[in-house]
Amino acid sequence: MTTVEVGLVPFEEALTRYEPVMGLEVHVELSTATKMFCGCPALFGGEPNTHVCPVCLGLPGSLPVVNGAAVESAIRIGLALNCRIAEVCRFARKNYFYPDMPKNYQISQYDEPIAFDGWTEVEVEGPDGPERYRVEIERAHMEEDTGKSLHVGGSTGRIHGAEYSLLDYNRAGIPLIEIVTRPIAVPGDRAPAVARAYVQQLRDLVLALGVSDARMDQGSLRADVNLSLRPVGTAALGTRSETKNVNSFRSVERAVRFEVSRHAGILDAGGRVVQETRHFHEDTGTTSPGREKSDAEDYRYFPDPDLAPVAPSREWVDALRATLPELPAERRRRLQAEWGFSDLEMRDTAGAGAVDLVAATVAAGSSAQTARKWWLSELARRANEQAVELSALKITPEDVARIQALVDAGAINDKLARQVFDGVLAGEGSPDEVVAARGLAVVSDEGALTEAVDRAIEANPDVAAKIRDGKVAAAGALIGAVMKEMRGQADAARVRELILARLT
Amino acid sequence: MPEITRDEVARLAGLARIQLGDAELDRLAPELTKILDAVATVSQALEGAGEVQPMSHPTPLRNVFRADELRPTLSPEQALAGAPASEGQRFLVPRILGEE
Repeated sequence: MTTVEVGLVPFEEALTRYEPVMGLEVHVELSTATKMFCGCPALFGGEPNTHVCPVCLGLPGSLPVVNGAAVESAIRIGLALNCRIAEVCRFARKNYFYPDMPKNYQISQYDEPIAFDGWTEVEVEGPDGPERYRVEIERAHMEEDTGKSLHVGGSTGRIHGAEYSLLDYNRAGIPLIEIVTRPIAVPGDRAPAVARAYVQQLRDLVLALGVSDARMDQGSLRADVNLSLRPVGTAALGTRSETKNVNSFRSVERAVRFEVSRHAGILDAGGRVVQETRHFHEDTGTTSPGREKSDAEDYRYFPDPDLAPVAPSREWVDALRATLPELPAERRRRLQAEWGFSDLEMRDTAGAGAVDLVAATVAAGSSAQTARKWWLSELARRANEQAVELSALKITPEDVARIQALVDAGAINDKLARQVFDGVLAGEGSPDEVVAARGLAVVSDEGALTEAVDRAIEANPDVAAKIRDGKVAAAGALIGAVMKEMRGQADAARVRELILARLT
Repeated sequence: MPEITRDEVARLAGLARIQLGDAELDRLAPELTKILDAVATVSQALEGAGEVQPMSHPTPLRNVFRADELRPTLSPEQALAGAPASEGQRFLVPRILGEE
């Protein structure tokens, strides 16, 4: 089928005529020690075909057995998403002709997911402050991940024109939880942010549960974005596209925007949106067609006769419910109240991925505001320069708290503190070691300070005269001169006191 | 009674990468229909049996779980021993047509 290339309609303009409806499917790879149905390591990577056994290679005579820990993780994810947990559910075989599963089928769940009918609430920034949207969860089900294909020949890595393909089954059988939303219809201009916030929330949630490392860059958290448009004011859903494996939070947002523009272009031209899989391109922010959904996609699901049904007792479910940690959204609300942060401060802190870091810094003795100040300004800037996450910086919350304690004690000032950050980040040791090694302590020798103050007054007679006339604000110029002479290693407040004592 | 058409056999053969000649297609379509008819007699067991729940597992077992403990894996040599072709410690398969 050929698709006529039609123009893109700018996102904002598209929203004047159409309303987007989204559906998000997120795959979470569990961080169990072993695979879903066998005892092979469920590790990322590894030399090809070293994490395989007769079960995950689908060899004749092998029998899969369910990993109890994976079921437990699935139930906990379901509970954290306010889902109902099935009293009985089964695994089903999803049959297809593609070599990424050596069995010719993937074990999944079909009409009996382990968790269903849930919801979660996400927060996005609106013009008048935070807005909350409820996202309904249709289901969360268990399945196994597929192997990795490598296409050889033709244009490298592309399946088109490849001469043959190579398969590594290390990933085949790693436990996956697929979480599917119901159609999400929020005000169109909020749709991209809501999609992003939802995926971020799932990431935070599975991390809080400790069930996955949720690394989008390694594919342990993968999002598919389904999107359709309908004319404003109508109820029937339009034809959707399914954009696969959108691998960063920002891409989730961009994929929604792009698909809105693309669908609107087709609909405006009187065309018909094709229901198809699309691929997102990180470099251009666009999508391109994958395969069209055809009758080849008849998965002939049927219950897997190798696997007994899973029937979690209510006692077990209740016991798991009791193990749920405080969930990220609740925790953020509690911390915001404890820290006295404004909505904006809290949003920035969360947006920078600094909630845990600030919490740990506060636990190590800092005030919340100073902890926020260091992480969101000084350290965020450095993380940005190094293009790493804040948490990847080579400095601990304890170090930050110690540096602030040194400032509070008057041993260093903010300016010197920045140099201490440099030292710690450069691996020169603890804050105290850096202060000692770099000689950064504030000069508290009153004699030296007093001499510097006198020199500054002598060198700036005009300023001194103003201060004598009562213009105390002019003292700033003299403080600056003294600080410069002391190479920043003085307590500015003390310098000010000394200047005023001399001149008033 | 369900009937398997010649076209359906051809399509499934294509998906399964089984090459079938015209004569084979002519023979297989009615053969498969017969097999399906035979299997369909099973559904008669349901008629008049009242509330019989469909069964997916021959035993009443439930919750057969394995502890999350590592078991020995195959060596790559063992894993690839039965493969018709391999390269770089990976299974080599013919090119995958007509997909993405």
